[in-house]
Amino acid sequence: MTQSGAKAERQADAGGSNFKASASGRYGLDKAFTVLVTGAALVGIVVLMVLLVDVIRDGSTMLSLKFLTSFPSQIFPEDGGIYPALIGSLWLLGLTALISVPLGLGAAVYLEEYAEDTRINRMIEVNISNLAGVPSVIYGLLGLGIFVQVLAPVTGGTSVLTGALTLSLLILPVIIVATREALRAIPGSIREGGYALGATRWEVIWSHLLPMALPGALTGIILALSRAIGEAAPILVVGVSLYQTYATTGPFDGYMALPTQIYDWISRPQQIFQDSAAAGIVVAMAVLLVANSFAIWLRNRYQQRL
Amino acid sequence: MGRERKVSEVSRRQRGVRQKGDGASPGDGLTLGMKIQDLSAFYGSFKALTDVSIDIQANKVTALIGPSGCGKSTFIRCLNRMHEVIPGARAEGHVMLGEQDIYAKSADPVNIRRRVGMVFQKPNPFSKSIYENVAWGARINGYRGNMDELVERSLKHAALWEEVKDRLKESGHGLSGGQQQRLCIARTLAVEPEVILMDEPASSLDPVSTQKIEDTMDQLKQSYTVVIVTHNMQQAARISDYTGFFYIENMGDPGRLWEFDETEKMFSNPDRKETEDYVTGRFG
Repeated sequence: MTQSGAKAERQADAGGSNFKASASGRYGLDKAFTVLVTGAALVGIVVLMVLLVDVIRDGSTMLSLKFLTSFPSQIFPEDGGIYPALIGSLWLLGLTALISVPLGLGAAVYLEEYAEDTRINRMIEVNISNLAGVPSVIYGLLGLGIFVQVLAPVTGGTSVLTGALTLSLLILPVIIVATREALRAIPGSIREGGYALGATRWEVIWSHLLPMALPGALTGIILALSRAIGEAAPILVVGVSLYQTYATTGPFDGYMALPTQIYDWISRPQQIFQDSAAAGIVVAMAVLLVANSFAIWLRNRYQQRL
Repeated sequence: MGRERKVSEVSRRQRGVRQKGDGASPGDGLTLGMKIQDLSAFYGSFKALTDVSIDIQANKVTALIGPSGCGKSTFIRCLNRMHEVIPGARAEGHVMLGEQDIYAKSADPVNIRRRVGMVFQKPNPFSKSIYENVAWGARINGYRGNMDELVERSLKHAALWEEVKDRLKESGHGLSGGQQQRLCIARTLAVEPEVILMDEPASSLDPVSTQKIEDTMDQLKQSYTVVIVTHNMQQAARISDYTGFFYIENMGDPGRLWEFDETEKMFSNPDRKETEDYVTGRFG
């Protein structure tokens, strides 16, 4: 290349003929986009903050240890509390987790690792995603028919076990889909490495695939259980109590629940019930926070192992 | 130092090392060779490999060379029944491991895969600690001896012990590519196979790591039978005792074994023209 040719190239490089000299328009667009995206995130956070502040302010008059340990009362509402609903929701949360997590993980492992890629299995895959979108009250109707009526001898009719079984059906699709995605993300070379050492399929799944899929699966489980604890429609259909004189002590007992108790209070006109409802919402969110924090801690523990 | 001497005083049998006439390894107690008869392999209806017959000599390194797509990897995966792990894939023919046909109806693929180990092209360590990577295979196969010793021994045979002995609890992923591959070799050795298959083990590694792996292979053949697929002909000429050349004439044909002989002959005076063209670099 001649001297003058090289010089000409450098001149063009210095923002001469071939490229637009000023990049300020592009930087402007970049900045605008950053602002928009941050704003979108802030909208969600601000709305949540406003909700929290509003609810805490309204419920602060009723929030107390007495509130957490008392039964609701229509005659003396200022002495009323959320105790049976809290216990009932905790029972629901625990039983639902115990039922849906193994079932969901097992179904996902079967569909992803054992089932062959046939048309039937592809149909199943599509339909499981659809099931996640079915209105929750429909699951309530399903639970009413199967668990409350047909399986009454096993479940005890309108017991907290029935409620948990119904909610498990509701959230199973979400868990299955999240776990499948997590399993799919594991490269096939891990499986091959396991088989090449003389391992059975189950040994590879249990020792390698499930631990690696756990962070992704836990994300789905967190979302699913959070949804379950807040659902009122399906448990109304399968017989949650709107008032009980006792708190749930076993899986075959009746139960109250936080969302239905809050709904009950909100539909009464007196201010004291509105305040009780706000306090109830705070309690419900606290339960959610604790449950989610535990699951997130569990997820982080497994993620670090990688 | 003193501890090492004590270990060697414990008899080899007590330490669980394979003995002559152990039953687990028939014949003279050294490792086994493999005899392949009329092996064909399919992916669904596509025939990828046809009528391969070859004698893999015990305690020797056999290299398999040939242009891409000739079925070398397919062939080697048939030797430990990994080929059929792919959905729709199957193999026909006989593969004798010592006296046993691994494709017999009564053969147990899981046990075969322990006895015929495999190292893959891209290192694939497990998401576990270095120690667990090596120990896991032995543990699930019911290893009854001292696990710490087994891990140390396997890492030493894979020429990795010195580099990782102080960080056995760290993740396997924290190692470099060459170290990861040696870790994969170590975990294969830990289940005490008879044959070690290597599918282009150094192709994704830098020259220094490649050299280390090649040095390892020289050590390995003293205790194991090694079969290696490689695209690197200089590597094949350097390290192998026997070489097999795979070839297809036209696209879409199944691959076949074109020629098989001692390495020296294959590289200096092969019988067939295609072999000569390939090893001299005229194609492929």
